[in-house]
Amino acid sequence: MTDVTHFEGAHGPKPRRVFSRRNIFLYGTLIMVALYYVLPLYVMIVTSLKGMPEIRMGNIFAPPVDITFEPWVKAWSQACTGLNCDGLSRGFWNSVQITVPSVIVSILIASVNGYALANWRFKGADVFFTILIFGAFIPYQIMLYPMVILLREMGIYGTLWGLVMVHSIFGMPILTLLFRNYFTSLPEELFKAARVDGAGFWGIYFQIMLPMSLPIFVVAMILQVTGIWNDFLFGVVYTKPDIYPMTVQLNNIVNSVQGVKEYNVNMAATILTGLVPLVIYFVSGRLFVRGIAAGAVKG
Amino acid sequence: MATGATKPFGLFRNMTAKIAAIPMILTALVVFAGGTIWTVVHSFTGSKLLPKLNWVGLDQYERLWNSNRWIVSIENLLIFGVFSLIFSLVIGFTLAALLDQKIRFENTFRTIILYPFAMSFIVTGLVWQWLLNPEFGIQSIVRDLGWTGFDFDPLYNQDIVIYGVLIAALWQGTGLIMVLMLAGMRGIDQDIWKASRVDGIPAWKTYLFIIIPMMRPVFITTLVIIASGIVKVFDLVVAQTSGGPGIASEVPAKYVYDSMFLRQNLGQGFAASTMMLLAVVIIIIPWAYLEFGGKKRD
Repeated sequence: MTDVTHFEGAHGPKPRRVFSRRNIFLYGTLIMVALYYVLPLYVMIVTSLKGMPEIRMGNIFAPPVDITFEPWVKAWSQACTGLNCDGLSRGFWNSVQITVPSVIVSILIASVNGYALANWRFKGADVFFTILIFGAFIPYQIMLYPMVILLREMGIYGTLWGLVMVHSIFGMPILTLLFRNYFTSLPEELFKAARVDGAGFWGIYFQIMLPMSLPIFVVAMILQVTGIWNDFLFGVVYTKPDIYPMTVQLNNIVNSVQGVKEYNVNMAATILTGLVPLVIYFVSGRLFVRGIAAGAVKG
Repeated sequence: MATGATKPFGLFRNMTAKIAAIPMILTALVVFAGGTIWTVVHSFTGSKLLPKLNWVGLDQYERLWNSNRWIVSIENLLIFGVFSLIFSLVIGFTLAALLDQKIRFENTFRTIILYPFAMSFIVTGLVWQWLLNPEFGIQSIVRDLGWTGFDFDPLYNQDIVIYGVLIAALWQGTGLIMVLMLAGMRGIDQDIWKASRVDGIPAWKTYLFIIIPMMRPVFITTLVIIASGIVKVFDLVVAQTSGGPGIASEVPAKYVYDSMFLRQNLGQGFAASTMMLLAVVIIIIPWAYLEFGGKKRD
């Protein structure tokens, strides 16, 4: 795939005057588009800062008259899902507990896979790799139930470690591809020199490959943290209510049928859930783009 | 006679690498290949609450295609699929072309248009559920502006609910398409532009007749990405409409989930997911052929 982190070298004709018709049209369109994309985020924030009476009377785009942080407090610590009324904080900590080990395990396994595929080609490796890549395109739905059986046989169905395993397995195709391509791009002489010096599989991995591949580890981490944090399907299938990740809990809070709809609490809860990936996105910038471009392959 | 036998040397060569690759081998064989075959095989059984091997032939498929809910799901997927393909490509390409005009603040615009992609489908679905709320959202705003007859309540109208989901999906995903297209444009030789400028060809014509044909590989990759995403659409519908009103916004992935985990009808779930696999295979095979078939393998 083309490297999408290089945005240098725009192609259009050089802009001349600042207020040419072309510029007004160009920037006008872009600003409208940007407003459209920002609007939902703005509405979320504004709604979450209003009280319910104000929401019922007014316009969703209007800025809040009386700013209140109560909806945020309520969303975090009091919102109800079923019988539990301890808010989204439970889902947040569950998601943290799920994401941290899943990210570490999946990246460790995939980086070793990628290294083995790039530097230690063995017979049959290509066959497994091809199946793995095809696996990235197979709809997860078809593997949902066999995975349930597998986890049940292992006695970890419905547990946190079961979900960690699921994320490691389904994250493997794209991460392995990412690491394989990266390790292949490193100069082969390094590997050969280390071999001559008598270093083995793990020696080369830890002493030569790891120190050289920090950037790709960061890309993989961004990709996995956002992907796993945003996951809904696996969370709802492979866990039980008391360890539901944040996305599942958010959906249960907002789409619950009982009770009066508190739109401000719902929007505060929605922002809270979107906050982690959003912060990662704004902080990581181009590395994020690189990660999603690689991750986009999985759809 | 004994020529084909593997020497022990071959098996034990690179032993550590092979051991290290065991998780990958197991995943590929057991979960991906094994799981897929298992589900396809069990789609020919009458499994209900638990998977059983009581063969019923094509019964599950017959029942599936006679189910109104499945037909609605397929129709929705087709409408959603066709429109999201067209709109993602057109919008993505247009935005990329706009950003390609040596503009200032390109980074800012790109960051803004791409940020929804960082959010989950659940968050996307819930925000748009709120924006499209007929009592408070866009409909009521336009009515307050004086156009009292304005009707726009896709989430409460069976006939157009899928377009409500489409709007949310486009908001979330077009940024990615734009980034991919932009990368494709930047990969094109500057000399092409110089030549077309010397010949006096207007920029839009250059994009349409020279750049787009040259970006064929990018378009194909993007197409595959969009298409395999469309087949999997699930969380967005669950969050935004829960499949409603009624069954008007059901999609195949939700049919599978509901059959397997809510209605204790595993056989139906297996049959439906096999149909999904078939759809993906139909998309993937021509692409794989185009991408890898023509060239000799390295």
